[in-house]
Amino acid sequence: MTDVSKFDGIIDRYERSEESLLAILQDFQREFHYVPEEGIRRLSEVTGVPESRIYAMGTFYKALSLTPRGKHVIKVCTGTACHLKGAPQILETLERELGVKRNGTTEDGEYTLECVNCVGACAMAPVTLVDEVYHGQTRASKVMDVVRKQTEG
Amino acid sequence: MGAINSVERLEAYRKELASKVKEDLPAVLVCFGTGCQANGSRLVAEAFAKVIEEQGLRVGVNLGMKTTGCHGYCENGPLVALKPQDILYLKVTPEDVPEIVEETVKGGRVVERLVYRDKVTDEVIARYSEIPFYQHQQRIALRNIGNIDPASIDDYILAGGYAGLAKALGMEPEEIISEVERSGLRGRGGGGFPAGTKWRSCAAVESDVRYVMCNGDEGDPGAFMDRSIMEGDPHAVIEGMIIGALAVGAHQGYIYVRDEYPLAVRNLTTALEAAREKGLLGRDILGSGFDFDIKISRGGGAFVCGESSALMRSVEGNVGEPRAKYIRSVERGLYNRPTVLNNVETWANVPEIILKGAEWYASMGTEGSKGTKVFSLVGKVNNTGLVEVPMGISIRDLVEKIGGGILGGKRFKAVQTGGPSGGCIPERLADLPIDFDSLTEAGSMMGSGGIIVMDEDTCMVDVARYFTNFLVDESCGKCTPCRDGLPRMLDLLDDITGGRGTEEHLAMLEELCDLLTWGALCGLGTSAANPVLSTIRYFRDEYEAHIREKRCPAGVCKALITYSIDPEACTGCRLCAKNCPQECISGERKKPHVIDTSKCIKCGVCRDACTFDAVRVS
Repeated sequence: MTDVSKFDGIIDRYERSEESLLAILQDFQREFHYVPEEGIRRLSEVTGVPESRIYAMGTFYKALSLTPRGKHVIKVCTGTACHLKGAPQILETLERELGVKRNGTTEDGEYTLECVNCVGACAMAPVTLVDEVYHGQTRASKVMDVVRKQTEG
Repeated sequence: MGAINSVERLEAYRKELASKVKEDLPAVLVCFGTGCQANGSRLVAEAFAKVIEEQGLRVGVNLGMKTTGCHGYCENGPLVALKPQDILYLKVTPEDVPEIVEETVKGGRVVERLVYRDKVTDEVIARYSEIPFYQHQQRIALRNIGNIDPASIDDYILAGGYAGLAKALGMEPEEIISEVERSGLRGRGGGGFPAGTKWRSCAAVESDVRYVMCNGDEGDPGAFMDRSIMEGDPHAVIEGMIIGALAVGAHQGYIYVRDEYPLAVRNLTTALEAAREKGLLGRDILGSGFDFDIKISRGGGAFVCGESSALMRSVEGNVGEPRAKYIRSVERGLYNRPTVLNNVETWANVPEIILKGAEWYASMGTEGSKGTKVFSLVGKVNNTGLVEVPMGISIRDLVEKIGGGILGGKRFKAVQTGGPSGGCIPERLADLPIDFDSLTEAGSMMGSGGIIVMDEDTCMVDVARYFTNFLVDESCGKCTPCRDGLPRMLDLLDDITGGRGTEEHLAMLEELCDLLTWGALCGLGTSAANPVLSTIRYFRDEYEAHIREKRCPAGVCKALITYSIDPEACTGCRLCAKNCPQECISGERKKPHVIDTSKCIKCGVCRDACTFDAVRVS
């Protein structure tokens, strides 16, 4: 028997309307670092929307992940300005140093490495986000220092 | 105070606010846009607050401090503006604060090391309005950004906010639509469809329910004006939408904001609450009897949701897939009701057009594209950031006069406009005036106004590959040409950039582009070939160099380049060797180093680490 109260707490923040589905799923993501299967089931029970449709949203929207993400999420902006100013080198360096491919999570569950198609901070390109903190003008040779400094306190 | 229940009361309230402001009071404005915050502006603001508190009474200097939206000149943040002196300080650190207070706030003197220095002429400019980046600008959509606190509705009202709405409440819906039509305002989100025409079509459809919506799903990489407006002047968007709702007879509105923009969601939420409290939103707006409210809908990180029909499906709580274009959203949009969807910048222009009139707006710009446009000038250019200029400025003026030329004195090669739906325009066409029609004729498009500047170190085949890869990643998968055509295009481009290309690759690429252009379902699909088509059109020689000579002229495509160290420039500092993940750089301290190319993975870390520019790519 799954404890559904943790899901209900989030579902109850919103109006009972299909319009709220995406926002609820995003709150699940924020709270649990992924969208748990039990959460989808509970949301379906409460709203009457078929599980399949909620699952489809879970796979369609990039902000949602059906597998647990790491404790720290590193996002490399791969928008055009960042691409021109060295984002590919930054991404490769992180892949190599962390030992994961993009959208992967390290075995110890510490880091998830993601790409994001422009965060709208193009004037500070290339941008890397560590747990939603923006780092502008990042460089391949320094990016791991930035990550360590922030995540290891 | 409670709700303002008439237009007269609004004006009285504005006067009351004005009477409280003492013009001679010095003010420190610390930018709190995303860019400046990333550069540490919060610490700078805290430092000011501390110094002011400590010294405030003792020295008798009163200081109004505000946290403002983005000034657009993000690269040089944190930015601090000082009034009444009209001074702009760049890259301010908390350590600079006591000096600024002492010298400028108390003494009225300029701290020279913090002001703008022209990278080309070395000229020092302290006054905000004289910096070339700002000098050529004419700000309408960005009118308040940087001058007001986005969390304060009083600031917005004091700056003339909601006066457009007040005027609109005294007009017939037909008059409002006609005013917008005559202004020539075209949608700032991509296609450039005339806003007035859209409103008129929606108003003409028989229906008891209508919606107005704001597209804040700014997905074009390289464009961030909508983010800046939503974060820095949320009431401008809200006021525009209320006027639009009044014109078409809608009572519910939606703002769809990208998931990547949390600060925009926060500032819009605060603004909506404040507007409701003041009686400017909700039931009986300004005592007029008109009801209208707005909900915020957060996006889920899907590029395709910027497409109108996909966006509406997403708001309804579905997967955001577009539908066929023959059903127009002005007739059957959100929940199959007539809907007006405009983008953030378009809405932000509306209050000013109503207030100052269609003729005023139409006096700016070109024949087919009226008014001003916000561009995000980014990439390989000296001054990067947001600029608002009248339509019709040439690409060259934008890059050279406002942008201050190419980074590092390199050669200007091209600009990319319109995001993944746009194309690359070569330097030889840089005298082209920028407006909706001229960009389309040149094989690109306006899009949302991203101008990405490219220099000689940019490989145009790699750029085409980059956008194709982006689109493969973002294709929703509903229609075959986009879902299956783009990955095949990417395969071909991978071959070309990987040194495996043949003449046939180019021919096949062009054929697939053609297929995509006429076969895809939505606007994003039909324009998805533009990055490839425009680069083939203007930079065919670069494709041919990759194919025939297996050479990447810009030194970007990994399979076709080798790294080496210039023994003349190398000082033997060992920095590259220390950073090399392959440990394939050798050499003694203070003697030129050598790269073992058999082990080199071409990661570029050595080139990035080198402070003497001694690592060469050939």
